[in-house]
Amino acid sequence: MAHDTHIHVRSQAEFEYTKKKRAEEMRGHLATFAIMIFLTLIAFTMVTAGFSAYLIVPIVLLLAAIQVVLQLYYFMHMSGKGHGMVAFFMFCGMFVAFITILALVTIVWW
Amino acid sequence: MDINQKYTPQSWPEHPETATMEGKNKFIGFWLLLAAETVTFASLFATYLALKDKGPSGMEFSAAGLYELPLVFAMTMILLTSSLTSVYAMYHMKNHNFKAMQAWLGITVLLGATFLGLEIYEFNHYVHLGFGYTNSAFSSAFYTLVGTHGAHVLFGLSWFIALMLRNAKRGLNMYNAPKFYLASLYWHFIDVVWVFIFTVVYLMGVIG
Repeated sequence: MAHDTHIHVRSQAEFEYTKKKRAEEMRGHLATFAIMIFLTLIAFTMVTAGFSAYLIVPIVLLLAAIQVVLQLYYFMHMSGKGHGMVAFFMFCGMFVAFITILALVTIVWW
Repeated sequence: MDINQKYTPQSWPEHPETATMEGKNKFIGFWLLLAAETVTFASLFATYLALKDKGPSGMEFSAAGLYELPLVFAMTMILLTSSLTSVYAMYHMKNHNFKAMQAWLGITVLLGATFLGLEIYEFNHYVHLGFGYTNSAFSSAFYTLVGTHGAHVLFGLSWFIALMLRNAKRGLNMYNAPKFYLASLYWHFIDVVWVFIFTVVYLMGVIG
């Protein structure tokens, strides 16, 4: 049946090891979260401080891109094993997304 | 084997979300949906960018004069925190700690509902100022983009609540572990879209 799985009862040592590894991973997620908050703060501060738009726009877009990479690779575990097809799907989606935005933004210029 | 097979933390697989064929299929199918959603939102972002500040001559509202950053900042922090709380929920799911997972999902739902409440307040405020959906090409593009995201938040909240209630007495097993995992992926994706909304719509809108 579709829900079948092999039941493997882990030894105490194996269990403790996985648990410890997971707790370490969770600490990593907390660090990722701190970085995301920090990036958001920089973006909002830059706009409120009123720097030149030519300076702000590329920087806030870069900060957004970094935040999305952190979200996808760490919070959504795309950096984990068995995410090859997932990455293929997402990069195809992002490629079509990029073309769509490029097309509609340039059409209104001409 | 019974789908309601009981597990202990020792017998719980390391990756319960993809331990069964059902889970593997759900996992790959759901990521395909997220890739398609990326394109959906891209078309809405493209429409917004093309129509930003465009409309009938003499229109009253422009992005630079309309948006209020303090509210958007609060919404951003709330949604970002709810993303972390759903990571905590999945951490406990992988440790087979059902109660802790439910508690963190509950916090995620509360934060998500606060976000949605603030968004409704924001839209209501704009409409009262006279910035309605049919006001200009700009207003339609704005409400469609941000409103579609809001609808995703509402769907994500309903999904979490339905899962929490349906499985309240069942506990964690191979039947529902993939379901909880996918709902949390969806929630992260909602935050990914919001990162671009607060950057492209609000921050770049305020600069002009």
